[in-house]
Amino acid sequence: MRYEVPASVAAAVDLLATPDARVLAGGTDLLVQLRAGRIKPATLVDIKKIPELKQIHLEPDLIRIGAAVSGAELGEHATISKEWPGVVEAFELIGSTQVQGRASLGGNLCNASPAADSVPALIAAAAVCLIAGPGGQRSVPVEEIITGPGRTSLQAGEFVLEIQLPRQLPNSGDAYLRLIPRTEMDIAVVGAGVNLTLDDNGVCTAARVALGAVAPRPLLVAEAAAALCGTRLDDTALEQAAAAARNACQPIDDKRGTVDYRINVAGVLVKRAARIALQRAQQRTPRGH
Amino acid sequence: MAKYHVSTTINGEPVEFLCEPQQTLLDVLRDDLQLTGSKEGCSSGDCGACSVMLDGRLVCSCLVLGVEAAERSVETIEGMAQGEQLHPLQRKFLEHAALQCGICTPGFLIAAKALLEKNPDPTETEVRYWLAGNLCRCTGYDKIVRAVLDAAAEIRA
Amino acid sequence: MGEQEQTFRWIGKRPLRPDGVDKVTGRARFGADYFLPGMLSGKILRSPHAHARIVSIDTSAAKALPGVKAVITGADWPDIPSEEAAAGETPINLRALSHNLMARDKVLYDGHAVAAVAATSASIAEQALALIKVEYEILPHVIDVRAAIKPDAPLLHDDLYTEGMEPQPQQPSNIAKRVEFSLGDLDAGFAAADVIIEREFTTQPVHQGYIEPHAAIATVSEDGQAEVWCSSQGHFTMRTYLCKLLRLEQSKVRVIPAEIGGGFGGKTLVYLEPIAFLLARQSGRPVKLTMSREEVFRATGPAPGSYSRIKIGANRDGKITAASAEVYLQAGAFPGAPVGPACMAAFAPYDLANVSAVGYDVVVNRPKVAAYRAPGAPLSEYPVESVIDDLAKQLGIDPLQFRLQNAAHEGTQAAYGPRFKVIGYAETLQAALQHPHYTAPLADSSNGSAPGIVRGRGVASGFWFNIGGDSTAAININEDGTIALTTGSPDIGGSRAGHAMMVAEEFGIDVAQVRPLIGDTSSIGYTFLTGGSRVTFATGMAAIEASRKAIQELCKRAALIWEIDPEAVSWKDGKAFPAGPNAGDFEPLTIGDIAAKAGKTGGPIAGYATLNAQEPDRVSALISAIWKSIPKPGA
Repeated sequence: MRYEVPASVAAAVDLLATPDARVLAGGTDLLVQLRAGRIKPATLVDIKKIPELKQIHLEPDLIRIGAAVSGAELGEHATISKEWPGVVEAFELIGSTQVQGRASLGGNLCNASPAADSVPALIAAAAVCLIAGPGGQRSVPVEEIITGPGRTSLQAGEFVLEIQLPRQLPNSGDAYLRLIPRTEMDIAVVGAGVNLTLDDNGVCTAARVALGAVAPRPLLVAEAAAALCGTRLDDTALEQAAAAARNACQPIDDKRGTVDYRINVAGVLVKRAARIALQRAQQRTPRGH
Repeated sequence: MAKYHVSTTINGEPVEFLCEPQQTLLDVLRDDLQLTGSKEGCSSGDCGACSVMLDGRLVCSCLVLGVEAAERSVETIEGMAQGEQLHPLQRKFLEHAALQCGICTPGFLIAAKALLEKNPDPTETEVRYWLAGNLCRCTGYDKIVRAVLDAAAEIRA
Repeated sequence: MGEQEQTFRWIGKRPLRPDGVDKVTGRARFGADYFLPGMLSGKILRSPHAHARIVSIDTSAAKALPGVKAVITGADWPDIPSEEAAAGETPINLRALSHNLMARDKVLYDGHAVAAVAATSASIAEQALALIKVEYEILPHVIDVRAAIKPDAPLLHDDLYTEGMEPQPQQPSNIAKRVEFSLGDLDAGFAAADVIIEREFTTQPVHQGYIEPHAAIATVSEDGQAEVWCSSQGHFTMRTYLCKLLRLEQSKVRVIPAEIGGGFGGKTLVYLEPIAFLLARQSGRPVKLTMSREEVFRATGPAPGSYSRIKIGANRDGKITAASAEVYLQAGAFPGAPVGPACMAAFAPYDLANVSAVGYDVVVNRPKVAAYRAPGAPLSEYPVESVIDDLAKQLGIDPLQFRLQNAAHEGTQAAYGPRFKVIGYAETLQAALQHPHYTAPLADSSNGSAPGIVRGRGVASGFWFNIGGDSTAAININEDGTIALTTGSPDIGGSRAGHAMMVAEEFGIDVAQVRPLIGDTSSIGYTFLTGGSRVTFATGMAAIEASRKAIQELCKRAALIWEIDPEAVSWKDGKAFPAGPNAGDFEPLTIGDIAAKAGKTGGPIAGYATLNAQEPDRVSALISAIWKSIPKPGA
């Protein structure tokens, strides 16, 4: 195995075009797979020395987060924490303090776990990936990246450069909740992300609802969002959103939860996350610590 | 297998080593540099026994490659006491009997030190969440949490 | 010991633990922390199948890889006879243990060791494992006890005939042993019951989860002298295993205890040391073997999973009229689940006229189980206590009161044999009943005091034994009067601190002047493993006896210095005094004073004690002393 540290995107693209090359960002998934012998890459391409991959840029319409930015760095960023508390909370749920010191948004996405915590929150936030590859750069909505457990739509030699979040609109709020049987250090039984925008009368004008750990890949549930739009998130609307979310679930039975349990919890979490997002939209409250 | 030459800083000292690309920083610390205070409990980032500081960030050294330490700064348990002077956390762990078998202790101390450097006055809840990535099978954690809170109070005073 | 209350200088205090500073600085050396010159890295090839016949193993390519210094398979092990050896609460068959360490003709669980290599680096050892070609004939497997006892279940061992059945079955099965502890007439007892509850329970295996994976280092000289570093709850039992399994002389094998990073019963068995030994002998170089966490979970013993049926009947007054338990424990791939302790403990807290506990030791295609915190007992006590609670509820009796009404007491005949002496169980229940916490209102959403929170209160009884066993302790008085305490007990929870305190108490000196250490198998006498709640008690007893012998010698030396009769010297607060005015008028001598003159009074001063703490006289004296020291409710 070779270890390479490209200093530019172009150099990384060239290295990743070689056979069996893998991206190393935070390494919190990759090194475990390497140790267990589940992957045997010929080359590890450490992207952390590419300056733009470790930077966060605030633009008038866009927040650009380098794919290798760690959870700890994300959580310390005041603007992102204020505008996208749901995304930051979702990412901070991953692993321990130690894991947060290394794990990256890009890695959590490209590891392609159906239960990845940050992904439903990113999908709800309408985040977009900027991807670099042999054919140049392209933008893809986050919900189109993961295609199944451990599988992505990235082509050979491609890697994620940055994750782009829109600047949060006034009267908007997001939230992410997950269920685990303990309080920390576990993988989601179900995760739910909700992002809402209200009009001046408090009526929901736009919504996105996403679910994790209830299907082979994280889901954007348009029907659940539709149930919220045009309402003030009264109990009826929330129940309809929950029903739509449950309807979208295709979970597996495993040690973390049964099919029925996951389906039921998905509805509960969508309702609860929607209430938190609503409150944030109403108050435009920054994330409290 | 070709080895990589790595120059780094460990506990303030310049260090050079040769390592294979798949060796973790933990492997290098323990097997090549014989800094065995960092422990391998799981090699999957779950137990925290291998906790070290990497450029001021708390990480599991089992989830860092040795080659990644190049031109960076690593702090391990071996650098925590200053000469004969134990760090207040080390002293409080002794006074509160916050250890039994001791295998998890270096990781807890490194993680707790990282917490107090970031937050000198943590609540009990904050201590418990911060240390959630460090597993201990002997103590039941209470004495560890009390030792950390007591050390924080002493450092603040 | 008299009736008067004893006052203590150290017992009950909390001095800093002697092993503490090394543990907070990272200096303490655990199993994997030792490095020897020229040391090789060992790795083990493990079965990917739960049950398979090994058709062939080809190690030629691995042996040819540069850097590989030794390769072993099952063929490298001596064939040893079936023989039982002590190993904590459950004896172990050495032949089975040998086959568990490395598979011979069959692999019996996923993770079963098949071959091992030693090489100049870990990565070469890994490559060598990949070059070993094993041809398997995959066999059907069984991992559940209920499936394993069916007549058509896949057989793990074709020579396993159930023990404890009359007559012994003629057909082999997966049931290794049946045990039964019964009293009275169950049918009559159940006929007399007003309420009978019968339930089934299943539990999964639970691993001890010690944070330190197993690690071992062995080095073997050309003349057969060997040193082995291990992280084990018993380095003497490790020596026994090594010598029995590899046919070695005990004088040639020195086993050195490393600091142990948690055991909880799971480090009473052996996994790596004999493999490291064989690799070291073949290569002529020291070999270190460490397990990954994955190997720990795949190949080392958890507590058994279980299936049980519990039936208990009681009359309306709350008296249990009959109780029965049938407990099936997963042994893993080889016999040895703790069915005996499970069945002995099941109903032991209760005074029952009609009772039966039957246990089955069932082999399945899983790692061989190991001890874990009262081996077997939780697997019978959890279901029994659940049914006891159900009965109390159905009868409308307070669950503690129900237990009290049926409590075992002095004179109770236990189904497993003994007639209990003083056990203090009813007194404990009464104390719990009277405790304010038992009746304090709960913060709870049901009474509105804590919205969103539901709290409950539960009670359960448990029963466990304390094993005594063999222990050795040595006291050596240093030239400056400080004390070296050597025992043979690995310290898994603070026993060095406890033993040092006992010694300081005996001598009447500062505990910091006692340096406790754990001797290797060549430097201290035989000491049974750390387990069964025995070490504070049994090795502590040896430390106290060794101290008393040393004090007696110190008094003798003081008498020589003073030129008086040894009986005229008394010992107090770390000093020798003339016993009374008639003994003479001398300034007291400290340990240091006496030690400084040791060369002129007979040489170095020491105390050595070897004992078996289960000798009846010792046990009854101790129990009566403890009983006297416990405050009684209402007294």
